Amino acid sequence: MFTDLIRPSSGQALINGVNVHTNKKRALASVGSLIETPEIYSSLTAREGLMMIAEIRGVPRAERNKRIEEAVSEVRMEEWIDKRIGKFSKGMKQRICIASALLSQPDILLLDEPSNGLDPRGMSEVRDIIKSLKNKKRLIFMSSHILSEVSEVCDEVAMIDHGKLIVYDTIPNVTAKFMGGGNVVEVGLQHPIDAGFVAKSIAHLPGVVAAERKDERNIRITFKGDLESQARILSELVSMNIGVVSYKPATSELEDAYLKLIKETV
Amino acid sequence: MNKTQTAPGNVVPSSMAQVVITMKYTFLDYFRSRRFFILLIITLIISAILTILVGYYRPQYFLGDPTASANTRELTFYSRWWGNSVTFVIILGGIFFGGDAISGEFQNKTGYFGVPNPIRRSSIYIGKWLSAFIAATIIFVIFATITVGNGLYYFGANVPIQFGQSLLYAWFYLAAVMGVTFFFSSLFKSSSMSILVTAILFLFVFSLIETLVATLVNVEPWFILTYGAGIIGNILDPSGYPKHINPIPVGRGGLTITTYNAFVPEGLAIIGLYFIITAILGLMLFERKEFT
Repeated sequence: MFTDLIRPSSGQALINGVNVHTNKKRALASVGSLIETPEIYSSLTAREGLMMIAEIRGVPRAERNKRIEEAVSEVRMEEWIDKRIGKFSKGMKQRICIASALLSQPDILLLDEPSNGLDPRGMSEVRDIIKSLKNKKRLIFMSSHILSEVSEVCDEVAMIDHGKLIVYDTIPNVTAKFMGGGNVVEVGLQHPIDAGFVAKSIAHLPGVVAAERKDERNIRITFKGDLESQARILSELVSMNIGVVSYKPATSELEDAYLKLIKETV
Repeated sequence: MNKTQTAPGNVVPSSMAQVVITMKYTFLDYFRSRRFFILLIITLIISAILTILVGYYRPQYFLGDPTASANTRELTFYSRWWGNSVTFVIILGGIFFGGDAISGEFQNKTGYFGVPNPIRRSSIYIGKWLSAFIAATIIFVIFATITVGNGLYYFGANVPIQFGQSLLYAWFYLAAVMGVTFFFSSLFKSSSMSILVTAILFLFVFSLIETLVATLVNVEPWFILTYGAGIIGNILDPSGYPKHINPIPVGRGGLTITTYNAFVPEGLAIIGLYFIITAILGLMLFERKEFT
């Protein structure tokens, strides 16, 4: 909707106060975007495809080649700049599309499901690029159904259910609010563990808010506090001789928060 | 106020400049993807077959009755060579360059690369339309040049004025065909569907409806584009421009079937209306179509 690909059934899409559908050229002048997994004319080289976008966006003629090379270097595709896009993998095409979004050095980047349809390596590469872009004072607006990706990349999150905004806050605030005000770690064990032991001993460790057995070799601990508390709980668990083999923050925290939120709003 | 200033130093070009940019890269794609050369080869093959057949067999069908006047023989040649083949070359041009011009943006997802930029959809549509029209015009000019080359060989530098008129009408017809192909290309999201519908329409449906309406119902098929395009061949008729209404007796029972020939202004009006209506409808469809 913000890039004129679809139309709102009601309301308006405004960017910096400018309506995208009535004044698209002005609204998108300072916006770079990557919507899903676009294709570029396969007969063109990466440089030619990017040159087309640079010309459409009015990048000054004298700077076009320099900007293209900078953008391509940012997505680590320098060696492929003069190769035809038809020979690229999906991940490589996606990186060139990210470069096209960066060409005009926009203030705002819109990324819609940027790793959709990519293999694990492609997903990881795209995520790394997005994380590196965060350090360059740009507003990055990313939408994704992969909540682990959102928690890895984003600072703030807005959750939408059936077209309605149900929450907008920083990720720590959202998870804290909906996960009972604590952080979550997942503990992997060498031996099976008894549910009673988890409830009686682990759940009562200092700082632990809740502990539950996910399955016989995995437990999930919600705790209050910082990294120091997290380290203290680990050493307590080790001293219990329960065979701790892994201890890591839960990647599904945001997902759990989302599911709880959806349940509350149903 | 057409240009939009953005940081840092970028100035989004005017919509007209963006039309030219779209044209440039679409054209580059035609050449790189070899579709231009494939149609060029098809056109050269058609021309070569005609050149060899006429050169070797010297048929009266093409070269006219040797006892007829020079002008009649020249008109016979251009009527048979050009009048019979150019519409086919034009339709191929429409299908090759226009068939998937817009539908391909949806099916191949190339639209997701170009559309989310500060460019109006109309600039993309017009840029693509113009590049398809120019590419097809190049093929058209090559076919016309080969036709004239053969004409010069057989009849010297006496190209009849009617050929010039026919050339102009055929070029207008090319614009209308491109309008129709772009309309269907905007209507469908599948490239194969838009190409297939356009091909079937021009190669079978239009002529079928034209014949049925004229012969069975005795109604002038003024609403059919190919009927209007009949002026391309009719203007070259060596026995003079054919009658508008031509009843032909069939059998002994007094039954007649009627054939119709569009007047030149009527044919031009049909071609013009098809061009205007389909170009506008195609653009409106593309403006409203969602990338989902």
